Amino acid sequence: MRPTLFKNARLLDPAARLDAKGAVLVRDGRIAEVGPQLFVDAIQEDVEVVDCGGRCLAPGLVDMRVQTREPGEEHMETLASLQAAAVAGGVTTVATLPNTSPIIDDISILEFVERLAQEVGLVNVHPYAAATKGLKGLEMTEIGLLSASGAVGFTDGVKAIADAAVMRRLLSYATMFDRVVIQHPEDPTLARGGCATEGEIATRLGLPGIPACAEVMMIERDLRLVRLTGGRYHAAHVSTAAAIEAIRRAKADGLKVTCDTAPQYFALNELAIVDYRTFAHMSPPLRAESDRQAVAAGVADGTVDAIASDHNPEDQDAKRVPFTQSVPGAVGLETLLPISLGLVHDGAMELLDLIDRLTLRPARILGLEGGTLAPGAWADLMVFEPDRAVRIDAHRFRSKSKNSPFDGKPAQGRVWRTVYRGRTVFDLDAEEPRSRREQSHA
Amino acid sequence: MPGGTPYNGALMTSAISPGPASAVSDGSRYPYRHLLGIEGLSRPDIDFLLDRADGFVEQNRQVDKKSSTLRGRTLINLFFENSTRTRTSFELAGKRLGGDVINMSVSTSSIKKGETLIDTAMTLNAMHPDALVVRHSESGAVHLLAEKVNCSVVNAGDGSHEHPTQALLDALTIRRRKGHLEGLEVAICGDVAHSRVARSNIHLLSIMGARVRVVAPPTLLPSGIERFGVEVHHDMERGLAGCDIVMMLRLQTERMKGSFVPSIREYFRYYGLDEDKLQAAKPDALIMHPGPMNRGVEIDSVVADDIARSLIREQVEMGVAVRMAVLEILVTNQTEPWAKNQ
Repeated sequence: MRPTLFKNARLLDPAARLDAKGAVLVRDGRIAEVGPQLFVDAIQEDVEVVDCGGRCLAPGLVDMRVQTREPGEEHMETLASLQAAAVAGGVTTVATLPNTSPIIDDISILEFVERLAQEVGLVNVHPYAAATKGLKGLEMTEIGLLSASGAVGFTDGVKAIADAAVMRRLLSYATMFDRVVIQHPEDPTLARGGCATEGEIATRLGLPGIPACAEVMMIERDLRLVRLTGGRYHAAHVSTAAAIEAIRRAKADGLKVTCDTAPQYFALNELAIVDYRTFAHMSPPLRAESDRQAVAAGVADGTVDAIASDHNPEDQDAKRVPFTQSVPGAVGLETLLPISLGLVHDGAMELLDLIDRLTLRPARILGLEGGTLAPGAWADLMVFEPDRAVRIDAHRFRSKSKNSPFDGKPAQGRVWRTVYRGRTVFDLDAEEPRSRREQSHA
Repeated sequence: MPGGTPYNGALMTSAISPGPASAVSDGSRYPYRHLLGIEGLSRPDIDFLLDRADGFVEQNRQVDKKSSTLRGRTLINLFFENSTRTRTSFELAGKRLGGDVINMSVSTSSIKKGETLIDTAMTLNAMHPDALVVRHSESGAVHLLAEKVNCSVVNAGDGSHEHPTQALLDALTIRRRKGHLEGLEVAICGDVAHSRVARSNIHLLSIMGARVRVVAPPTLLPSGIERFGVEVHHDMERGLAGCDIVMMLRLQTERMKGSFVPSIREYFRYYGLDEDKLQAAKPDALIMHPGPMNRGVEIDSVVADDIARSLIREQVEMGVAVRMAVLEILVTNQTEPWAKNQ
């Protein structure tokens, strides 16, 4: 493959804290040279030149919370459609939850999924393994063997690890392999039967509520166990001011604690469910405005380490039912960047910091490369237009599922090109991602 | 998207709009296609419905009770949840207006075969009914169905959300006895948390200028109820002090997941309406209950059967009149077949 020169770009490198005009030279799938000082005219080699036209060039996004439906429910999402959606959203690394069918709680299934993902070969797919066998919350999985086979973390997916003794052992045992335990932080007894945040809106709609404190209660319990065990703990999709405050204090105390949130928790509040809009039915449920503001502030100040899409493909049958019976969740790979950019357009944070939350920080939590433009790193890149006005159109998603609360809404920001290991895997001008599978069939 | 949905911090506006307006707006004061809830309606809307219902009370007391306003129109009672009195009331209302009424209890038929609510709605819609009267155990289910059909939809109770015709019949009953609603003190007592009747009545009475208190143990009050503009009491005697109307609610054990009160015995001791507790209310206070009553749970038989004070039978009578008014207004509002989904 000829080397590629991306010139005339605004480089955004959170690892080097660089935000400057410049160019990147990619050779053999890796970044060879980079920077404002890279003299384009001095390059003697025969290179393919991509003129970025002043657009932003950043590391490809690292999305640490994605659900695939393959194996098991391929009519909602396959690993191929998932990766196509990812590259259209500028995502070059995804970490997938183990709640497939069969559940990823065994090395043979883990390696099978890794192989299926590699056959598509558009992005890095790193599966999490189940923290407990069968996601039942009772017995630990083979954390050592699964880690050796590539599991980047352990989680029971959309179920909370409710048993304190089980959580204690997980945190404690996973330290041997330096793996993170990821919690869906919600007290399941308080959440039972609920589908909206308890309060005036749920009461007006006659929907069974979940008190917002169900989140912080679980996190505070877990933080005690982190203190006890010295384990590495990550709280997924935090959505309340109280939870963020608890994590802020724990970090100040030096605990190995991180958290992420999803765009819906800083872009929407509970008013989005009014008129029983099931596409805004989330788990955890959308919160009060004060919580939404706290989540945005937490992302801006870095207490919330990462933004993850919490991509959750569901079919029509799961959403075109009464609200209480609908399945929570939204697809998010293709809206992750434009909705997150809202924080920059609102003046809440700098663009380089936002890219940090979307690339470098999640990569570090999972112990992955990524989030850097340093020479020698894989050339997993994204070129985007941060200000471009777009209208989100779920019907044009590459994901097989279209359940998005943002459908039809205006936003700003669009991916122009996504590069995976030096290869262009999404090109807005060509409008068609090229996968290895397609190429080999050609 | 920046900033998300604009948020109304002091949300006293409706969470639900009354729905699409009907094709005609010839000054008729109920300009909507459906009756999905009370929230979002205006005082003239409600006055108009009640005035029309008042006229039907006399018709229902005649030997010949039938008129022909709805001749040639088809009404379907679609009940996904068991009901005898509400269904019968709607059936009588439709028949007395000369309409053709079909009853469907869906809990026993297609839903068990895996058909979804929307499939059922589409199937019935293809048969061109003029009105669907729908009851469902899930909040919002009737809204969902209303979005998918071309005819008028009447909410006959959805989950814990609303039961608008019950609130209208309660209002008509009170208005006929007291002459007005404005300024009355109304205590709504019991299982407010699970009650659609309570929500519809709170909305309606507040819109009409009555003052509402809710009286219940904290476990049977929904979160944020004080934001509906009601007074909240946990003590029956204090809650009933000086009130004109006592509305009792049924303890809805079927909607409860887990134990909300320790025992029936204890509940009756503190919240069951008996002569003693009623002493706190005004001497001419009237007693209402949406039925079916649990005697000895939320109400004492002596009080329930006190002809001078109990409006419970009158409520049932007004129910037919109110439903006739609702069906007539919605169906005759339709001058042409509805454009598909607006």
